[in-house]
Amino acid sequence: MLADRDRVFTNLYGDGDWRLAGARRRGDWDGTREIILKGRDWIVNEVKESGLRGRGGAGFPTGLKWSFMPKQSDRPCYLVVNADESEPGTCKDRDILRNEPHKLLEGCVLAGAGMGCTAAYIYIRGEFYAEAQRLQAAIDEAYAAGLIGKNACGSGYDIDVYMHRGAGAYICGEETALLESLEGKKGQPRLKPPFPAAVGLYGCPSTVNNVETIATSPAILKRGAAWFASIGRPRNTGTKIFCISGHVEQPCNVEEAMSIPMRELIERHAGGVRGGWDNLLAVIPGGSSTPLLPREICATVLMDFDALVAEKSGLGTAAVIVMDKSTDIVRAIARLSQFYKHESCGQCTPCREGAGWVWRVMERMVAGNASVPEIDMLYDVTKEIEGHTICALADGAMWPVQGLIRHFRPEMERRMQEYRGAAARRAAE
Amino acid sequence: MPKVTVDGQEIEVAPGTTILQACQRAGVEVPHFCYHERLAIAGNCRMCLVEVERSPKPVASCAMPVADGNVIHTQSPTAIKARRGVMEMLLINHPLDCPICDQGGECDLQDQAMAYGFDRGRFEENKRAVRDKDFGPLVETSMNRCIHCTRCIRFLTEVAGVEELGATGRGESMEISTYVERGLGSELSGNIIDLCPVGALTSKPYSYVARPWELRKTEAVDVLDAVGSNIRIDSRGAQILRVLPRLHENINEEWISDKTRFAVDGLVRRRLDRPFVRRNGKLVEADWQEALDLVADRLKAAPGERIAAIAGDLCDAEAMYALKELLTALGATSLDCRQDGARLDPSCRAGYLFNTTIAGIEQADVCLLVGTNPRWEAPLINARLRKRYMQGGFGVAAIGPALDLTFPVERLGDGGEALNALAGASHWADLLRNAKAPMIVLGQGAFARPDGARVIGIARAIAENLGMVRPEWNGFNVLHRAAARVGGLDLGFVPRPGGRDVAGIVEGCRSGAIEVLYLLGGDEVDLSDAGSAFVIYQGHHGDRGAARADVVLPGCAYTEKDATYVNTEGRVQIGDRAVFAPGEAREDWAILRALSGALGRPLPFDSFSELRHMMRAAHPVFGEIDHITPAPWGVFGETGPIGSDPFAYPITDFYRTDPISRASPTMARCSELFGANPEARPRTGTHG
Repeated sequence: MLADRDRVFTNLYGDGDWRLAGARRRGDWDGTREIILKGRDWIVNEVKESGLRGRGGAGFPTGLKWSFMPKQSDRPCYLVVNADESEPGTCKDRDILRNEPHKLLEGCVLAGAGMGCTAAYIYIRGEFYAEAQRLQAAIDEAYAAGLIGKNACGSGYDIDVYMHRGAGAYICGEETALLESLEGKKGQPRLKPPFPAAVGLYGCPSTVNNVETIATSPAILKRGAAWFASIGRPRNTGTKIFCISGHVEQPCNVEEAMSIPMRELIERHAGGVRGGWDNLLAVIPGGSSTPLLPREICATVLMDFDALVAEKSGLGTAAVIVMDKSTDIVRAIARLSQFYKHESCGQCTPCREGAGWVWRVMERMVAGNASVPEIDMLYDVTKEIEGHTICALADGAMWPVQGLIRHFRPEMERRMQEYRGAAARRAAE
Repeated sequence: MPKVTVDGQEIEVAPGTTILQACQRAGVEVPHFCYHERLAIAGNCRMCLVEVERSPKPVASCAMPVADGNVIHTQSPTAIKARRGVMEMLLINHPLDCPICDQGGECDLQDQAMAYGFDRGRFEENKRAVRDKDFGPLVETSMNRCIHCTRCIRFLTEVAGVEELGATGRGESMEISTYVERGLGSELSGNIIDLCPVGALTSKPYSYVARPWELRKTEAVDVLDAVGSNIRIDSRGAQILRVLPRLHENINEEWISDKTRFAVDGLVRRRLDRPFVRRNGKLVEADWQEALDLVADRLKAAPGERIAAIAGDLCDAEAMYALKELLTALGATSLDCRQDGARLDPSCRAGYLFNTTIAGIEQADVCLLVGTNPRWEAPLINARLRKRYMQGGFGVAAIGPALDLTFPVERLGDGGEALNALAGASHWADLLRNAKAPMIVLGQGAFARPDGARVIGIARAIAENLGMVRPEWNGFNVLHRAAARVGGLDLGFVPRPGGRDVAGIVEGCRSGAIEVLYLLGGDEVDLSDAGSAFVIYQGHHGDRGAARADVVLPGCAYTEKDATYVNTEGRVQIGDRAVFAPGEAREDWAILRALSGALGRPLPFDSFSELRHMMRAAHPVFGEIDHITPAPWGVFGETGPIGSDPFAYPITDFYRTDPISRASPTMARCSELFGANPEARPRTGTHG
């Protein structure tokens, strides 16, 4: 359970003033100049030691990512903030953007200073209209107060911050597709290598980070890496905003310590599963791209990167989707397959063709209009697609189906029996 | 140099080599669809996945540069499974069109499915269907078959320089299209047919015509422009069905222009298939003896200085040599191969060649175009200029009316005064002088005019003064339009002392000074006012020349004879016969040999190889096949002032520039849509 004093996002629910005055009262922009003057190496090192891992889903160590930026560059370097929050179930960045935009902006300045960036581009999903308005207002406030722009916070460091609105594609949340979209092209992921730190936005060295990652970094730099690392478990440190939705009494966003047990998270902060814990069917722990976990595992699993990977799932964005026994689990996963088929950019063969195939088979599985060997065929097809694509959308599309087959195969087979029975009865009439 | 191991074989490769290229170097085939050596890497088909040790996932070998010590397995279970999976994915939405698909037999998907795919299909859902697009009269589309490799998009964007094709939609709704319905107007658009690995883009004129295994393939050289693109003529029986490019790194690489590719259906129309003789104002059929006797009589009756000959744009060297020998023996002095009136100076070879060579363009850093529209006059040279531009650091300026060449060009002016300005002091003169490898390209438009010889003279002076001509680099280039021109100049098919040039010949016909005019395929000369001259036309199509002729001797088109052609670089190339000419038509050299017999002055050869041998003995340059020896620099052109009127480009309609393309229905359709004056195009109702 996270102690109140360890909380980073103190206005997550928007009870306080989101503007600069309110932000300052909450401690934002305090001491920014001094941190910048401590220098690039100190900033990057502090973030490394804190153990902060990317909060956008992949969980790549942030300090390590920042250290990839070139120490010297004849081209400008850019920080790109991924505010294209589109992972189904995830709604944490939205609250940061509309209620704590100055944390994000301060994070941009400090992260930018740590990497020698000349500008930060915040790519915000097009559907976040009101959030974009607030963010732009916050940017304007920060410019007016001299906190960003030339001589940011009086430190001598120049950094511009630009906001760019997206146009409604999940794939633009993938870092290289985001860069393509920011450049004005179709949001189709690039091949890696070369990595963005070498060839990024406009061909210049860039780092793409999630909103929560950047917004958390000022707290780390002010309170110290040791403080952040003291929360959670080794290699899974710090605080995290969990988005709990689904069949719970009180769906909510809540900032908690990493490695909190899932059951505790759901029962303490979301009022518990509807109808009691035993009414739980399955939980998707980290947004739709992570495989679901059945109740038996949910009872004891910890909410962090390593623990969930050990259970063949993942923390992802920590969007906890709770499903009770009223859920038609096969239909739920089929709906996710439909999402991925719709969102595939179409560039590479396995995802473009395979996501549709998987979805169509899943629809038949919902009705039970399939045979038992087809479950194995479906699993094999997901294995043919996973890992063979340009970006990880295909992996995220295949994992839910794999999770379903792994944990709910009996349910899939039961439906087939039912379907065959119903068909036989119809034939007899 | 990084060392990598491919399937157990260790090889050393240059840094920057991709894994796929390393595998190819090691002799290991890696299947692929979207990768093409001449296009940017896309990496989206995923067929090239191979296993690389210490890499967690299979790697797209076309995109991954090698690292020293990579151990690559292309036949491991991981690699095979990855490939099978990708092939399975490609086939699930691919229609079962093989029996009716033109690509069958030469289809990458068929070949790779057989070699690398699964032996059965597991897909039982409905396949997605895509609406076919109308790309114009050349490219047929069947977009159900498209596998979205994006080769067509990359080719048109990068090589052809037009952003006409793109992909719209996302996921399985992704469609390759021209955004709004319009034809592909690029002069290189036909190459996407070759590039498309499946039958999504096929040749419209060739639809449902033949299977590749039925075709006999002949290596030949294109004559519809002066580039000398290497082609492969596919024929079945007596009919030519299509023309495809042949690889030649130093000329056309792997591409050919749309005219080269599609004008072949003009070879079966308006053909002269028997001799004709004009009686009472009308051309009537005759037999060879009659026709040759008539010609011989007329030639014998006319004094030598009253006999003239004009060689056209499609003539082969052997025919021009034979004609020259025949007529000069009769005392004729008025011979000319420059039927467009270009004041080319035949005395110095470097003065009429593309000296930099086409491949040499890639070494240039500054280019000045004078009176030329390379995009229409020599599409493959324009493509090479564009290729150089894409590499960066290439400045191009042009003198002549405004054009879109698919790369940025600074316009210096319209005509003579801009050229004069370069002779003095100017910004571009400095650029050219300080450049490491400057080049100037003169088109026929610059000197097919009365002051043409002085234009060449000024151009020579500019080239010399600005240091464009050095021992190791000759930046002086003449861009020819006609395949026969350089060969004709090399043979000396030009007026002898006292003889007339083309303009003089036409004037002579009108005035009566010329009594007999021998046209060897000369169809671009205006003979409407040729007086009462006796015109003999030896050629293959019933075009302007035959219309005025008094005797028509049917010859062979370029696909019907073994021949030698010299391209604008001065490169000598040999073309082989693919099919026989129709009806009574004969090879041009044979007609001239027979005529010489009828004249009582038989030419000293009895076979084609003897003729070729003699021609090479008299003009050794014709013995150096596909090899360029730099021509020594010299003095050519005249000095003197030039007029300031704008240079006029010779081509007004790219698709109808010679008898073959004018007879082609496909070219006529293209001309209607893309080729001519925009004002003349059909109005769509959305004009203002």
